Amino acid sequence: MSTVIPLRKLQVGQKARIQTVMAHGELGRRIRDMGLIPGAEVEVTGRAPLQDPVALRLTGFTLSLRNNEADYITVEVL
Amino acid sequence: MSKKITIALAGNPNSGKTTAFNAITGARQHVGNYPGITVDKKEGTAVVDGQTVHVIDLPGTYSLSAYTMEEVVARNVIADERPDMVVDVLNAGALERNLYLAVQLMEMGAPLTLALNMMDEAKKQGMRIDVQKLQSLLGIPVVETVARVGEGMDNLMRTAVEHAREKAGKPWEPLIISYGSDLDPVLDEMVALISKEQFLTDRYPARWVALKYLENDEEMLRIGKPFGAVATELETRAREVSEHLEATLKTYPEAVIADYRYGYISSLLRQGVVSRLNDLENRLATSDKMDQVLTHRMLGPMIMLGLLFLIYQITFTIGEVPMGWLESFFGWLNETVSEAMPDGLLKSLVVSGIIDGVGGVMGFVPLIMFMFLQIAFLEDSGYMARVAYMLDRVFRFFGLHGCSVMPFIVSGGIAGGCAVPGVMAARTLRSPKEKLATLLTAPFMACGAKLPVFLLIVGVFFAENQALVMFLLTLAGWASALLVSKLLRSTIIKGEPTPFVMELPPYRVPTFRGLLIHTWERTWQYIKKAGTVILAISILLWLAMTFPQLSDEQMAPFEARQAEIAALIEAAGGTDVPAADEAAAATEAGAEVSGEEQAEEAGVLVAENEAAVSEVDMEALEEELTEIENAMSEAGLRNSVAGRVGIALEPVTKWAGFEWRTNIALVGGFAAKEVIVSTLGTAYSLGEVDAEEAQPLAERIANDPHWTHANAVSLLLFVLLYAPCFVTVVAIKQEAGSWGWAIFSTVFNTAFAMVVAVAVYQIGSL
Repeated sequence: MSTVIPLRKLQVGQKARIQTVMAHGELGRRIRDMGLIPGAEVEVTGRAPLQDPVALRLTGFTLSLRNNEADYITVEVL
Repeated sequence: MSKKITIALAGNPNSGKTTAFNAITGARQHVGNYPGITVDKKEGTAVVDGQTVHVIDLPGTYSLSAYTMEEVVARNVIADERPDMVVDVLNAGALERNLYLAVQLMEMGAPLTLALNMMDEAKKQGMRIDVQKLQSLLGIPVVETVARVGEGMDNLMRTAVEHAREKAGKPWEPLIISYGSDLDPVLDEMVALISKEQFLTDRYPARWVALKYLENDEEMLRIGKPFGAVATELETRAREVSEHLEATLKTYPEAVIADYRYGYISSLLRQGVVSRLNDLENRLATSDKMDQVLTHRMLGPMIMLGLLFLIYQITFTIGEVPMGWLESFFGWLNETVSEAMPDGLLKSLVVSGIIDGVGGVMGFVPLIMFMFLQIAFLEDSGYMARVAYMLDRVFRFFGLHGCSVMPFIVSGGIAGGCAVPGVMAARTLRSPKEKLATLLTAPFMACGAKLPVFLLIVGVFFAENQALVMFLLTLAGWASALLVSKLLRSTIIKGEPTPFVMELPPYRVPTFRGLLIHTWERTWQYIKKAGTVILAISILLWLAMTFPQLSDEQMAPFEARQAEIAALIEAAGGTDVPAADEAAAATEAGAEVSGEEQAEEAGVLVAENEAAVSEVDMEALEEELTEIENAMSEAGLRNSVAGRVGIALEPVTKWAGFEWRTNIALVGGFAAKEVIVSTLGTAYSLGEVDAEEAQPLAERIANDPHWTHANAVSLLLFVLLYAPCFVTVVAIKQEAGSWGWAIFSTVFNTAFAMVVAVAVYQIGSL
């Protein structure tokens, strides 16, 4: 059984599948427009020098988002 | 063919849309701004099979919601200009997300052709796309392209034009997607109502309007408001269903709509359209490896600083050469015109007012071009996004966004930039508040125009540590920008930070053509704005420094003395140097007192020197003649509007250690900071002094007892921080959308600079 954790907790190199996206309004829309939607597979490929923001790999492209924005997203570790 | 066909180019940022636009239109394109907003408006023409095609490059967007200006523009252009065909350029490697925009375009009903761009890279990633299948499933033409090398572009245009002809005259057919059992019934009801009332149906399909109401789309709500009852009814429906979803599923319509759109896309792609062989080496893996070094905890920031330093170096080493050419050209122009025109006001206006004023600004064009070229390189290569990524955490602390880095750097974060393009670069910021904070603080940077002033003052007072002081000034610019931004963001422009959900595009080698186009666009904007405004301002400034002129009475003593010396030169032959020195010293002392007293002084000098006529040598006499001319022009300046303003400001500026001549220069510096040095030169009665030949002025300042280290430092900081130059203020007005903020930046920055300068001077003078 895999565990569901907030995206923030995901380690560099770990892969996961997005479970929920709780963000409303502008942030919510931005997150979805960029393809961060339930079911999408993500991998943390790096963190900025001050550990924030984080770089996320999705199929075919890389995104960055801040830790406090990642808090709106829960993932299932693969 | 008969009618001109209009094609709009849509697509995600980083999908190669701009490259495609450049490839399609070649040199036949022009850039402007959409009226009232700062989003680029690019248009061009192409000829396809003898048919002239008008191509509109829509701003790059991920979606057609209305959160960003780009999205609003893209949507409005499609709705209002009704292009014959919309070509959506997709990054084939990220097909699923890129189709999200395509689906929304289809829901709008726009006639659509898809360009599967970057097919070469997608193939390298081990991706196989069944184009035929995708085409038949979507019911629209799909063309494979590689815009970077121009592959498939002809085919794309031919297909688009052909498809446009087929669709010509037929009504738009919006795509209808099911949004599930919760939304579909409500949507149907709303559609019925919208159709019945003809609510906005001349612009958008009914279902699209209904969807936008469910999505709580601000722009649509705003447009709908004036229609009254219908709008209210739709809003009520949307709210009801929203509350229902919240209560039953803990979700909301926007999320459901997005999920169904993506669901529609993945159901399409699952029907054998895409297959991936994941074990293949791909470009993203290469990008990842580069990122491990380029955004490394320790190495990343070091490499970044190194690169920024390199840009500075390259700009100045290479840019200096054409800058020299331009300077010689304006020097030559100045001389030629001076010789060709008779002495008088008109000549003074043309030479000092127009040629020198405009020349001073145009001289910076090569530097700006080289800097833009390199910044375009960093942007197009994907590195700039990494800079924003690395610095976001720091910038957020000060109420800014990672993307504020760019405007700061361009403005002179690496000393030598220019705030005009810097302020224009702030348009990449999405949040109005962070953008405003960036706009207002970017002018604190050590821009290229401030450098001559710094070089002059630092050269005189800190000759030992020039480089260090210059470096500290650059840092002072950054520190002020960050601290003031923190202050503004926690007081008058409060607000939440904007999300940093941003794409980190894979590293790629920019195309030469793309770089040239980018560089030229920005440089031209600079030339145009700077050229027109600076021209006007330098004429005004010339007027202020020339009028009112001295009356004949005021001129008389100087002229009399000049005539006498001229006569003496003819007659003289002696070698008594001390007497001449004494005379020079007396004239200098005269400069300290007011105009009238000085005139008397000149008279006294005449008397004194008459006794020593025979002993004074030719050289000293000529020197004296220059001194008198200087004294005369100083008296003239003192009498002019600018001089009076300078004197009037003294009660305030004396606290910072500035006297009237400095004040004139600083007031002139509001037009353009380059003017400060030349105005100081004029004010110190030395006529034409430009940045390159600042030596005599430097000596003059060095010998002037009025100048101390304390007021040198206070002047340096004041110049760094006070009101942005006029061109920048105009740019701020344009980007911020109102004169209010432009005026604010002028007043606030000057007040801030004054406080700092006074504090430094007072502490320094203790």
